[in-house]
Amino acid sequence: MELLDKLNILAGAAKYDASCASSGLDRAGRPGTIGSTTLAGCCHTFSADGRCVSLLKVLLSNVCVFDCQYCVNRRSNDLPRAAFTPRELCELTMGFYRRNYIEGLFLSSAVVRSPDYTTELLIQTLRLLREEYRFGGYVHAKAIPGADPLLTRRLGLLADRMSVNIELPSAPSLALLAPDKKKEAILGPMGQIRDGIALSRQELQVSRYAPRFAPAGQSTQMIVGATGESDRQILTLSQGLYRKYQLRRVYYSAYLPVSTSPLLPAPRGFQPPLLREHRLYQADWLLRYYSFQAEELLDEDCPNLDARLDPKCCWALRHPDFFPVEVNRADYEALLRVPGLGVRSARRILTARRVGPLNFEGLKRLGVVLKRAQYFLTCSGRRMSGLRVAEDGLLRHMLALEAPALAEPMPEQLSLFDSAV
Amino acid sequence: MDWTPVCYEYDGTFAGFLTCVFDSWVNREEPAEFRWEEGVCGSLYPVTAVETDRTKAERVYRSFRRKFGYEGRELVVRGFLTCLPEREVWLWRLIQKGYSQGPSMARDLTDPVVDRVRKAVYHLNHEAHLYTGFVRFSELEGVLVGEIEPKNRVLPLLRLHFCGRYPQERFVLYDRTHREALLHQPGRWAILPAEDVQPGPAGPEERTFRKLWRAFYDTIAIQARTNPKCRMTQMPKRYWGCMTEFQPEEPPALPEHTKGAAP
Repeated sequence: MELLDKLNILAGAAKYDASCASSGLDRAGRPGTIGSTTLAGCCHTFSADGRCVSLLKVLLSNVCVFDCQYCVNRRSNDLPRAAFTPRELCELTMGFYRRNYIEGLFLSSAVVRSPDYTTELLIQTLRLLREEYRFGGYVHAKAIPGADPLLTRRLGLLADRMSVNIELPSAPSLALLAPDKKKEAILGPMGQIRDGIALSRQELQVSRYAPRFAPAGQSTQMIVGATGESDRQILTLSQGLYRKYQLRRVYYSAYLPVSTSPLLPAPRGFQPPLLREHRLYQADWLLRYYSFQAEELLDEDCPNLDARLDPKCCWALRHPDFFPVEVNRADYEALLRVPGLGVRSARRILTARRVGPLNFEGLKRLGVVLKRAQYFLTCSGRRMSGLRVAEDGLLRHMLALEAPALAEPMPEQLSLFDSAV
Repeated sequence: MDWTPVCYEYDGTFAGFLTCVFDSWVNREEPAEFRWEEGVCGSLYPVTAVETDRTKAERVYRSFRRKFGYEGRELVVRGFLTCLPEREVWLWRLIQKGYSQGPSMARDLTDPVVDRVRKAVYHLNHEAHLYTGFVRFSELEGVLVGEIEPKNRVLPLLRLHFCGRYPQERFVLYDRTHREALLHQPGRWAILPAEDVQPGPAGPEERTFRKLWRAFYDTIAIQARTNPKCRMTQMPKRYWGCMTEFQPEEPPALPEHTKGAAP
């Protein structure tokens, strides 16, 4: 089989993995090696679906012994199958990396024969890449659930970031759709990686030559919309994962019908819940950077995020007692809770107000989105001049601001003559 | 301040600009306009030619750190690389403000002058960051050759990134807009003016890798999620011209053409 065909098959098999970040680790290049990593990560291109392409995302092999219903590579699916040899994949990675096409390698694999055997293959490939090709770029490796902990540890010593996919947001859904995977088998390696990272940090404080275990942390992914969990359950789960397992990221992936299993939502006419995924990401950011709690964003009365408005706006509209926030006095956390203010503009406010008091004109210069923020701010005790919106009109006003971004594509006028003919 | 408004003519280098700053303070002149030597049209202000003087320039440069701190100096140095219209005049105003106000100048983000320069520097930094990802090299006879068309002069910022990343490689990165090239070989680098860099035709190995990359790029997109607007927001179309994945496939070259001239 030609390398081109293999790449088509194995990249096509890996594309449903959402994670493609190359962030979380600053490592300078060293003479005699090739490659470096940057803390913020680096996107090398954006594919037609608007997602960042940063790593060469491929499977080592898509020959799988498992039969998970939601997965393209399940055993019962009739697909062309292929596998890279370790050397082929290394040559491909180096060729792409030298031409600055990619930031590194995202290596995953279907379960070939057994989890242990698959992990050994991954280790063999990464050792070749790191030791013979002297590759110092980013490597994201998938831990295979059910593999021996010692093998997972060796994989983590070669990779920068590791991930174990939690796949579905609850144990019953997992039992229904992925009968071969158990919740414990997923959380086991996740805990092991967390402990490995913590231990490695301690060792590095004693000696800087200590081996680095997954220095860019770990992440996970779950599918949204295949089963009936509410947004509240999903966000609470994410928050638990961030706290308990110190994950760097949780990725949400809108369910796409890639199989016709009777257990899944009907494939015909099914639209992937992209807007829901987007709102979940917004809420996720609020958890990680804006010091929100999952319980604040959603409660039992409204278990799902409002599709029409972003979660921070919703929270602000439910808590009029928190506002208005005084720009010249409020602390960083309070500023971050104002709709229209982000991490960057909040930091700029902190810097700029040391020099002199801020007014609305100044806020505009700092990059604050005033059309949203104006309802929630005062500058030196004064509201924005000319602002007149009744309490009940605020929601309508906010919805109107958000509406253009949510507009459906224009419906086409019916034509008597088919233009495709 | 009742300084005489003048027009400075200098050589377009950073040292030249700093010499202008020195002279303006010595002669009590306020530059209303800056011109490079090739400027031909007349000026409303009396034109003063400024001879670049390294000792003057270094004195001014040393004063930056002392007078307005690390952040203020970075704002001036990076500001000089931006594509801000009349950037020298804005920078001169910024320096004047820095001398009178001290280190808090860099924090005064709502000031019109600081705001203008800061936004220009932000644009520069952002463009340089995007280019760290969007640069595409082609291997031609052992040398990596890449071309970019940036709005700002990003090469000095890209140098750190690429020289650090490829310490063992020989590479050339050509900036078409400003006609400059970054040259690197193990242990040495230089940014030199270059009139035109024409990369030779690609060899068979290079063509194979381009083909593989295009195939990967097309495969990785998920059809059900197609979102061209999102892609264009993240990666504006002006970058596409130099990127391998948006170039049509080259016709297979004849065997005698595979040996291209070294750039």
